[in-house]
Amino acid sequence: MSIATAPVELPQPRKVRQSPKELLERPLAILAVVGVAMAAIFAVTPLSGGLGWAICTYAGFVGADAYDNYRSHGKVVAKDRVATVLVYTAGLCTIVPLILIVIYVLKQGLGGITKAFFTETLESVGPADPATVGGAKHAIIGTFEQVGLATLLATPLGLLTAVHLAESRGRLARVTRVLVDAMSGIPSIVAGLFIYTMFVLKFDQGFSGLAAAMALAVLMLPTVARTAEEVIKLVPDGLRESSLALGAPQWKTVTKIVLPAARSGLVTATVLGVSRIAGETAPLLMTSFGSDGVNTNPLHGAQSSLPLFAFQRVRAALPTQIARGWAGALVLILLVLALFTIARAVAARGRKGP
Amino acid sequence: MHDVDLLIEPARPLPEPRVIDPGLTVGDRAFRALSAAGASSVLVILGLVAIFLFVDASPAIKTAGFKFLTTFEWDPDGLPAHFGIAAVMFGTTMIAVIALVVAMPIAVGSALFVNEYAPARLGRPLVALLDLLAAVPSLIYGMWGLYYLQPHLMGSSRWLTDHLGFIPFFRTTRPVFGSSMFIAGIVVGLMVLPIVASVTREVLSQAPRGVCEAALALGGSRWGMIRSVILPFGRSGIVGAAMLGLGRALGETIAIALILSFNFRIQTQVLAPGGGSVAGLIANNFGEAGEAQRHALVAAGLALFVITLIVNTVARLIVNKTSKGKME
Repeated sequence: MSIATAPVELPQPRKVRQSPKELLERPLAILAVVGVAMAAIFAVTPLSGGLGWAICTYAGFVGADAYDNYRSHGKVVAKDRVATVLVYTAGLCTIVPLILIVIYVLKQGLGGITKAFFTETLESVGPADPATVGGAKHAIIGTFEQVGLATLLATPLGLLTAVHLAESRGRLARVTRVLVDAMSGIPSIVAGLFIYTMFVLKFDQGFSGLAAAMALAVLMLPTVARTAEEVIKLVPDGLRESSLALGAPQWKTVTKIVLPAARSGLVTATVLGVSRIAGETAPLLMTSFGSDGVNTNPLHGAQSSLPLFAFQRVRAALPTQIARGWAGALVLILLVLALFTIARAVAARGRKGP
Repeated sequence: MHDVDLLIEPARPLPEPRVIDPGLTVGDRAFRALSAAGASSVLVILGLVAIFLFVDASPAIKTAGFKFLTTFEWDPDGLPAHFGIAAVMFGTTMIAVIALVVAMPIAVGSALFVNEYAPARLGRPLVALLDLLAAVPSLIYGMWGLYYLQPHLMGSSRWLTDHLGFIPFFRTTRPVFGSSMFIAGIVVGLMVLPIVASVTREVLSQAPRGVCEAALALGGSRWGMIRSVILPFGRSGIVGAAMLGLGRALGETIAIALILSFNFRIQTQVLAPGGGSVAGLIANNFGEAGEAQRHALVAAGLALFVITLIVNTVARLIVNKTSKGKME
């Protein structure tokens, strides 16, 4: 016995994945149409300006694209479509300022980067001198001394705090975690005021690189402590337990097992802290004050540094001075970018493992 | 009877129980004390900040009394001295609000972009990029804002006041547009954007994956999933992130000092030049401050310290509560 069945017509499988070309073809066409239409509207009406055109085109595109999807796929897809476009725009908006800033600083500062910038100071520079005379040698020396001292002050405290936060439970750890977070929000100028009232006035030490380093350390400590805590927590508990089970006391477990395992992460924490403070300007106004000549002694006397140099040059409001300020800003941003890249590279190497 | 008796051994003294010292070794005790001391340094520093600022500010607080919070003028050297932070506090708040209005939608959008839209292999570089943006010094943002952004924003300011001037917020009586709270607010907004975005991203990434997938499996679109799962889950975390950004914006100094031209009255025209900011006031006046002025500035700093401390602590508590995950 056989059942005769008519051949069933199978439905064609719906194609789900589209190639990038297919995905982009229609929106790009819509974008082009809207752009041209807006240009035509701008030509005949009193509306004008490139920025205005771009904004109108964007708004028109979002609307037209949503309508197109609404007609072919319905309301749900159209809403999803609008959200997608807006989210991509937001992503782009986050990146664009960084690119604009780096390009602009490069454009403004590159002209001022000469040999003199690294080998001369501002001591004998008059207001009429061209921007190529004089340099920021004193500021570069100051930055390295102040940031170095701040690192020496903040790193041990930050690492100890991190060890305490990660390795012990208890009231102190809970309170400290909240306080570290609170401390990371201290405005930099308040840190400067604090060191000024305590160190410069009360202890009567006057302006110095050390005072600046102390203010910077206040700002650096929470960054180091928080980042270091995270990486110490990443060390697997099995390592700790094995060490303790073999009879090692806690201090040996931490110093011989946990910290070496987290080494690259700890380096990253420190370098991230340094990159956070290298560009701080506000606290320096009231701690190291700034000077035009070289002062290699960070313990005594006013000292300049790159952020302070750039700020004070820009404030001087003469074209030649502003040009020097931009050169200082360029060196500063390159320094911060370099530090940041080092921190990330060390972290990435640590992840791969030896 | 006899046999059994043999089986019983004569009572032997039990061995002394071994004493296990539950205490810590000397090394461990030293280690714990050291790490606790390191941790308390945070407490000590914060306490010292409060004490020293308060001591140095007290002459000014004594002179001004409660009027310190309500006076608009800033004339600590005058006879009689007449100063207060009402005007600059208003300016600080105004700039911070503009900054958040600029930063929040972009921050939430880019957090969603990194978590939900961008290809997975772009995830880590994008997170690093956000951190990098946060590391760009505020001085550089300020210089860029002053020389690059300000000329570009003049046109938009003019357009806003010409076409939206009927809204009081955008009204300007003089056709001058530089050095305004609007421009300062936008620059500060760009500065707090990376911090807000990375905290938001972290909070939103804690959303339970299973529920997200269930929403998609039920046929929801990606936006439907975000609106019905991720955003409700992260709502309080986003509020916390916004408050963290607010804390940063309130304390921002150098960029505002560079861009804004200061005055000491309540200025509601945000597009016009002028305005105030507590931190900017301190940075601008500290260099040539006399005794009385200095005390007054430190008092302003103390007020700023207290406010940012409160805002930040509350924000952190909210964020930490969310990221522990409450949704099943």
